[in-house]
Amino acid sequence: MIYYSKSHEYARVEGNTAFIGISDYAQKALGNVVYVDMPEQGDDVTAGEEFGAVESVKAASDLFAPVSGAVVNINEALIDNPRLVNDDAMANWIIEVEMTDPSELEGLMDEEAYKAFCASETH
Amino acid sequence: MENIKKTCLHSRHIDLGAQMTPFGGFDMPIQYSGIVEEHQAVRNACGVFDVSHMGEVNISGPDAEKYVNHIFTNNVSGISAGKILYGMMCNPEGGVVDDLLVYKRGENNFFLVINAANIDKDMAWIEKNATGYDVEINPLSDSISQLAVQGPESEAVMEQVLGISCADLLFYTFREESLDGRHILVSRTGYTGEDGFEIYADDDTIMNMWDTLIASGRALPCGLGCRDTLRFEVGLPLYGDELSETISPVEAGLGIFVNLDKPEFIGRDVLAVQKAEGAPRKLIGLELADRAIPRHGYEVLNDQEEVVGYVTTGYRGISVDKSIAAALVDTSYAAKGTPLSIRIRRKTFPATVTAKKFYKKSYKK
Repeated sequence: MIYYSKSHEYARVEGNTAFIGISDYAQKALGNVVYVDMPEQGDDVTAGEEFGAVESVKAASDLFAPVSGAVVNINEALIDNPRLVNDDAMANWIIEVEMTDPSELEGLMDEEAYKAFCASETH
Repeated sequence: MENIKKTCLHSRHIDLGAQMTPFGGFDMPIQYSGIVEEHQAVRNACGVFDVSHMGEVNISGPDAEKYVNHIFTNNVSGISAGKILYGMMCNPEGGVVDDLLVYKRGENNFFLVINAANIDKDMAWIEKNATGYDVEINPLSDSISQLAVQGPESEAVMEQVLGISCADLLFYTFREESLDGRHILVSRTGYTGEDGFEIYADDDTIMNMWDTLIASGRALPCGLGCRDTLRFEVGLPLYGDELSETISPVEAGLGIFVNLDKPEFIGRDVLAVQKAEGAPRKLIGLELADRAIPRHGYEVLNDQEEVVGYVTTGYRGISVDKSIAAALVDTSYAAKGTPLSIRIRRKTFPATVTAKKFYKKSYKK
């Protein structure tokens, strides 16, 4: 199941684990991604708070955690090859989080609601 | 943003699918196909920019040369018609009102090209300081549009696609001519570090030229995004980043454009002292070992973690595959090789002072 935030992060949930990245809509809006600023393994992230940034050539865009938890993995492939986010944003998650409060997912959007949200942002 | 201005090419940008953003009071294209692709086109082939947002003003009359020399840091006396000088208008404190190009059209007849964001301020400044000078000041920003054709293939594109012969036009010179009955001004100038040309003409002429260039496939439409990465890599300043009312040209490393042979011009006293004794701050280049990207306004720290300056522009370079920045720092930290660090969000990253030209210009002189 995939959930989306209003700040365009997704959380792909498998059991108690959430793979967090930016949506395809967000990567398109950013353009060429040249750097992904990630937390370290073992750091805690808090729902709604900044945990890193994705940078295009022209600007840095903060990342906000859709859920709270501990960072159990970061996507190390993005260190040397940040463009992977443009190639496939859904496959190239940024951090893997062990959720502390899965009920936070209820405040996020599902695929359909997120599509409608993006459409309303463009118009 | 109710009164945002549009250039004559605005609808063409929309049709090409450009990402638009407000810049200098205009709704301008940031990118079409992508900043990296557009940047590479200008470095390796040819790109065309709509720079109609730039401001223009003509100064003529018996005291025109004397007056331009009064407000301009460079020296226009003795240069021949058809030449262009870069320089600044400074305030009495040595800060920069604007940086500009001055085209000498003839005896006591000058064409000034100023930054879009500063048009109103500059016009007020030019009017105010003209008291006592017999000059005629003609604002032309609303009636003149402008294209920049930039890149190593730009000479061929100008001649073969637009039919404008320019092989004999030298760097920083210009020519005025009639093309299909319309008056145009063409100069060998630009803001990318590559060979290139800028064309000033009326809206209809510029729209026709744009359409011809795009249809030819020989010039890629380029936005302000790559204009900034291109100019930054070769160390060209942007007003608002490297220059401002509180940053002097000497601090910005542009002292060569401040001509002290002239006995008088606004700001001369302060700038003469700075040139002789050095300025308290200096614009430097910084190179990071890490991939993290320094951005405008980020703090620069010494090894005691004290703030000694700030980043004016920073990028992950495109022609230079490194994270690089220009920064204004206390002069005591400006020596090449000095280890400093930059605060980027939660962390600090080591950086080394370098030249602020990260990439070599390829002008045809």
